[in-house]
Amino acid sequence: MNDRVLRVQDLAVHFKLREGLFFKARTYTLKAVNGVSFELNAGETLGIVGETGCGKSTLARAILGLIKPSRGRVLWLGEDLGKLDEEALRKKREDLQIIFQDPLAALDPRMTVRDIIAEPLWTFYPRIARVQVDERVRGMMKMVGLLPNQVNRYPHEFSLGQCQRIGIARALVLNPKLVVCDEPVSALDVSIQAQIINLLKDLQKMLNLSLVFIAHDLSVVRHISDRVMVMYLGRAMEISTQKALYRRPLHPYTSALIKAVPVPDPRLARIASDTGLTGDMPSPLDPPAGCVFHGRCPYVVKRCELEVPALRRMENGDWVACHRAEELDLTIGKSST
Amino acid sequence: MTLLEVKDLDVSFETHDGEVHAVSKLSFSIDAGDALAIVGESGCGKTQSMMAVMGLLTENGKASGQALFKGKDLLQMNVADLNKRRGKEIAMIFQDSMTSLNPYLRIEKQMIEVLMHHQGLDKAEARGHAIEMLRAVRIADPERRIRQYPHEYSGGMRQRVMVAMGLLCQPDLLIADEPTTALDVTVQAQISRLMTELRAKSNTAIILITHNLGVVAGLCDRVLVMYAGQAVECGTVEQIFYQARHPYTRGLLKSVLRLDQPGDTGLEAIPGNPPSLLSLPAGCRFRERCPQAHDACCEMPPMRRDEQGHTWRCFLDQVDE
Amino acid sequence: MTKSTDNSSFDPFEAALGVRDLKGRSPWEDAWYRLLKNRAAVCSAFIMGGMILLVLVGPMVISWESDFTDWDFTSSPPSFSSGHWFGTDAVGRDILVRTLEGGRISLLVGLVATLVSLIIGVSYGAIAGYFGGTADRIMMQVVDIIYALPFLFFVILLMVVFGRHIVLIFVAIGAVNWLDMARIVRGQTLSIKNMEFIEAARACGVTPWNIIRRHIIPNLMGVVIIYVTLTIPQVILIESFLSFLGLGVQEPMSSWGALVSDGAQDMESAPWTLIVPAVFLTVTLYCFNYIGDGLRDALDPKDRL
Repeated sequence: MNDRVLRVQDLAVHFKLREGLFFKARTYTLKAVNGVSFELNAGETLGIVGETGCGKSTLARAILGLIKPSRGRVLWLGEDLGKLDEEALRKKREDLQIIFQDPLAALDPRMTVRDIIAEPLWTFYPRIARVQVDERVRGMMKMVGLLPNQVNRYPHEFSLGQCQRIGIARALVLNPKLVVCDEPVSALDVSIQAQIINLLKDLQKMLNLSLVFIAHDLSVVRHISDRVMVMYLGRAMEISTQKALYRRPLHPYTSALIKAVPVPDPRLARIASDTGLTGDMPSPLDPPAGCVFHGRCPYVVKRCELEVPALRRMENGDWVACHRAEELDLTIGKSST
Repeated sequence: MTLLEVKDLDVSFETHDGEVHAVSKLSFSIDAGDALAIVGESGCGKTQSMMAVMGLLTENGKASGQALFKGKDLLQMNVADLNKRRGKEIAMIFQDSMTSLNPYLRIEKQMIEVLMHHQGLDKAEARGHAIEMLRAVRIADPERRIRQYPHEYSGGMRQRVMVAMGLLCQPDLLIADEPTTALDVTVQAQISRLMTELRAKSNTAIILITHNLGVVAGLCDRVLVMYAGQAVECGTVEQIFYQARHPYTRGLLKSVLRLDQPGDTGLEAIPGNPPSLLSLPAGCRFRERCPQAHDACCEMPPMRRDEQGHTWRCFLDQVDE
Repeated sequence: MTKSTDNSSFDPFEAALGVRDLKGRSPWEDAWYRLLKNRAAVCSAFIMGGMILLVLVGPMVISWESDFTDWDFTSSPPSFSSGHWFGTDAVGRDILVRTLEGGRISLLVGLVATLVSLIIGVSYGAIAGYFGGTADRIMMQVVDIIYALPFLFFVILLMVVFGRHIVLIFVAIGAVNWLDMARIVRGQTLSIKNMEFIEAARACGVTPWNIIRRHIIPNLMGVVIIYVTLTIPQVILIESFLSFLGLGVQEPMSSWGALVSDGAQDMESAPWTLIVPAVFLTVTLYCFNYIGDGLRDALDPKDRL
């Protein structure tokens, strides 16, 4: 499991926005993703967690080349995706797939399930026989837990959970190596979330997929990730193994996120601790100087306002971007110092 | 004192596919100052039951049964009488704050409208009140913010404004329909905390509609679990979380993604999907997905009750330690 | 259901695997059922159907020829005894036959010109909308420029250069109408382009042309159909207007507009020469409008994205 398949280096995506007319016009730069680096090995799952505005969805699309990065590189199996022309990049899509957040919107409402799942096949194998397509589509449907006799139905005739299964079938029909899951369970009901996460785990094992699993909630990624990256305002705050992160997070923001998740246990919930965060999230149009988190951090010192902390490696192999990482002990369950 | 008592509420909708039975014989009650959670998945009828109580059903919907608010049946009331109570004695806040607020009106105007209508305040008084409320929900710089438009607020702030608007007239009952579902976790935590505080201050009863069991555990005293339009279990938070008796409730609790469990434990999902509300099965509606179904389940199980007031709709006894 | 208390061994999934394929219900079918419930639209559709049948078959069945001048009954009012049920015009031609034949021309113009504007407008608009950027800007500037040209001037110019030919009418009208269609299609394309399933198609490596062909155009069709049913009456009216001004079809061919023009001249002495074609024209316009309205209601925004 040590073969690295994906390497992202200092990736940034900046959007230029114009406001006002003519002479009063001002351009703002929206730094959606502002310098993110990480690696992914074959068969591994990296969970990416962050709240609204942290840039995780933009990051997902930049990794796949659906959005052009403003800076940085994405190396897939050693090859720089940014250097490929349109056609070459298109061919790579056989290996790089995505599952979307809104299960129904991700499906063309006027196509049958069969057509939706078959489309990637037609695209990459234009001469493929009808019979073969049909066989493969039905096989995929069975694999994701859908009854094959539903092939002729339309997306609006399915529940959201089933729509997501269709989306997963479509993403996997070409046997990709990397699947980016952009908040795949956020729109689903609680018990369906568990179904879909279990499905993804099984499929990953079966097909040896590498997954990038994006969510806004730490409890969601826990069950599926090997490592977790926490993002805030376009930057990575921490990248740790799953076990370590949930026991002893390295970054104050991670600790706040963990404390913020409501525990479904009345006795524990009553003594739930304050997240420790103050204020609201700043706008990505105008990120604070120094550490982007310093305005809300309960452990802030002078240095945090002036200097941007680099993402650095700690003793146990995990990464964190915090000036005070060595001194803070954010073990869950211990009251904050 | 019982504030709202719902008896045998039935809600159905006429669609061109047939009649959809959204809610079947729902009964529950809530006392003053209480916090009740109505828990269930999409399509279980939790939202529609409250819409019926508030008189907000769409044209093709009809409700029967009783919804006694302070002794008077809301379902039998005409619009004028309902309007006297809505906003003032019962308030409802919805999930999507962006569509609940009029994008063309300043926040000020929307908040003042409620106050002037129900409490007969003049503009200046109403404005002062509204600003105080914004301050209470921790909107920074409320005097300036109140003059802004909804799109100038973030999602979390809008939701806080919704909570503020709901509580403006200090209603006896606040119905919150998935108020935190669309929000970030940290904002969710803020709003939950806020609602707890405000409830303590003004003794407002809260009905919280949600499928997030974590929020329920932190905020509510009692829980009503719904499935396919019916109430399947009802009890205090402790009873539901630690001594759940209905197989659906137990399945739900097992499948919830929890932070306090190690990541390698498998998730136990409830297999299958809820039944279609167009063609409900006879007998227990959970039968098809129930790991403990047996022949007797072809009959509709009655609602059973134990000495602690814990009710559940199942033939089995399921007691957990 | 089996008697076992353990439901996990009974897998409803396995049991259902052998079952026949189910039929799906596409959003079009849903829209169709909604349309059928709209009485005004359905009535109008029947009336239009009847109208089309009449104009096609009528002149062949009626005993009078459209150019036959019945000197016994010039400018005679409608009567059963004369055999001219809708009367005759100043030179004794049967009004009904003239109107029905004129209807052929009017409806033909409506259909053909609309078809032309449909094909050009949809392709142009979808391409401009999907590719965006400079191409879009240039293409839309062209549309704006052509739009600014005075229509009548353009038509007269064509007439002068190419002479008065029926095909010219189609060309002239089609050449102007596609502009509106292109604008509307471009706007819709812009909003569809940002939908997640388009992004999904890109992520699956589908080429831009296939995306336009397979995803964008079918999802545009709802709006396009509505617009088409409202364009047809517009085109018929334009043609009538041209004919009224004397720029339209040449004698002996006639259209409703020309007939109305002729009839207007004899309005006081022989009002039926005006009323009959005017009624046919008006009924057609109303019917198309009701059908268009019905379609707009039926093609639910929820379906239509």
